[in-house]
Amino acid sequence: MTTQLDPETAASLATAAPYLTPVSPTTDPAVADGEAPDPTVVDTNAPDPVTPSAVPGTGVPDPGAPRRAVPTALAPEAAGATDTARGGSVRRRRRLGPGRPIPLGGAIGPVLLLAVWSAGSATGVLDERTLSAPWTVVATAGELLANGRLQESLLISTQRAGLGLVFGVLVGVVLALLSGLSRWGEAIIDGPVQIKRAIPSLALLPLLILWFGIDEQMKVVTIALGVFVPVYIHTHNGLRTIDHRYVELAEVLRLSPGRFLRRVVLPGALPGFLLGLRFAVVNAWLALVVVEQINSTSGIGYLMELARQYGQTDVIIVGLVLYGLLGLLSDGAVRIAQRRALSWRRTLAD
Amino acid sequence: MATHPGGLTASSTSPTPGDRPTPDPDVPFPQAAAEPVRPPVRVRGLTRRLGGRTVLADLDLEIADNEFVALLGRSGSGKSTLLRALAGLDRDADGAGRVEVPERLSVIFQDARLLPWQRVLPNVILGLTGPGAADQGRARLAEVGLAGRERAWPAELSGGEQQRVALARSLVSEPRLLLADEPFGALDALTRIRMHGLLRELCQRHRPAVLLVTHDVDEAVTLADRVLVLDAGRITVDTTIDLPTPRSPRHPGFQGYRERLLAALGVTRTEGATS
Repeated sequence: MTTQLDPETAASLATAAPYLTPVSPTTDPAVADGEAPDPTVVDTNAPDPVTPSAVPGTGVPDPGAPRRAVPTALAPEAAGATDTARGGSVRRRRRLGPGRPIPLGGAIGPVLLLAVWSAGSATGVLDERTLSAPWTVVATAGELLANGRLQESLLISTQRAGLGLVFGVLVGVVLALLSGLSRWGEAIIDGPVQIKRAIPSLALLPLLILWFGIDEQMKVVTIALGVFVPVYIHTHNGLRTIDHRYVELAEVLRLSPGRFLRRVVLPGALPGFLLGLRFAVVNAWLALVVVEQINSTSGIGYLMELARQYGQTDVIIVGLVLYGLLGLLSDGAVRIAQRRALSWRRTLAD
Repeated sequence: MATHPGGLTASSTSPTPGDRPTPDPDVPFPQAAAEPVRPPVRVRGLTRRLGGRTVLADLDLEIADNEFVALLGRSGSGKSTLLRALAGLDRDADGAGRVEVPERLSVIFQDARLLPWQRVLPNVILGLTGPGAADQGRARLAEVGLAGRERAWPAELSGGEQQRVALARSLVSEPRLLLADEPFGALDALTRIRMHGLLRELCQRHRPAVLLVTHDVDEAVTLADRVLVLDAGRITVDTTIDLPTPRSPRHPGFQGYRERLLAALGVTRTEGATS
């Protein structure tokens, strides 16, 4: 009985696990001649349940039989793997990596969670007061949509997050440019920003409420404060790590400061800025949760806070799902922007 | 701006005194204007120290208009330091001396040094402003054999193509002095030979003064009108290469120059034969 790697399997193995190099037994002259095979020859055709492993005999001598004749002193590992694990038919290379990717693997965890949740609610293990059933949450979302409260809350929350994001990004970029392009700017700006970075936005809230009251201004300022830090940090880092060779080139070409900024500095710092923006978007939603659950009269957070007072876990979960979706969507949007703006970096990968 | 449809038969820029703010390469070479011209490069008593070590010691150098000078030297002999001094890239350097170079000079680095976030054409005309810049860039790209690649990203080009874009960028400003710091050092042997031909052709067409820093004796003898050897911060050899162009290592005179220069670089005859 012979196991041979058919080209298709070999190809699929190679794509699934490029670090494994399939070696067909037939390519090894020693094996084909029926002599004692080279102990380093291995067959990577692992008995993966998803891999069609064995191809019926093709007349090649059984590589297993002569292998038993190999002195164990020459190939102790080979002898062990062959005889104990696989019944002596084929020697396998033990897979040390995580293996092939599972199709739709990313969905398995959430679906499992949903199934456990549904089962718990259906059997009554999960009390309705602890956690509403999934279908209740869907029905509640439908109701909230029908009476318009969901859209209203979503709109006001998005507005706050958007305004905070715009101001935060503007401040972050301007400060990063000032600090990244001049030593004096860095001396003055960088320290305070690093200090701000160490203070959680939540801790600043009492002061911000005293300064700006409890209305929209305070909320936007709080969000902007959470946003500008990552934008500043990553843009500044992007500016500082622009290759010095390009600066030299700009000097040789006698670029004007404005042209140098537009052609070299800003594009060079763009990858850093976009990375900062991704953190900033997440921070905007985080800060939104904080400001909307304290002294607020509108928005998703207010909807959830109100639901807490009435013990409506279904509404709370609708709010949580909304926050999750908003975060995912906005991060996806920034990633698309990133891919477009940095197309010059992908040209070789495409 | 002029394109040069006729290849090498096209005209050259006229060597007028000073920095020629408005060159017109279409005007045929005016012999009458060949009055005594101040050489584009004049270096007097140049000394440079790096970390306490004297890299250039009281060095004098002149390069005439249209002259192609190759600068040879072992690594650490100060070649690049001299080129950086001429390019004005060592403002914080420790040293003394006087360096006169033309206003319009270009540098070709060992790496092509293209901005990866700009397409080929904007890279070529990076230092150029005003209307007609794009046309000039296109013309120079055509000269280096890259017509039609204007919209490519630098990362899509091979190493040789990138260096040709860099060559186009260095010539687009019609420089009076071209400084090249081992521009072919990172290329494979075949590409290097092609680049030699291209550089020779373009220099004959645009007629800048050239200082080519290299460690390749054959490259120096093949391309240059004059070869200098830098050793321990001093010019120890200054020889004119009196061979017909285009040059081939098979020319009987070639080996003589080669051996003499290798000897000046401290390579013995037997070592030189194998290299």
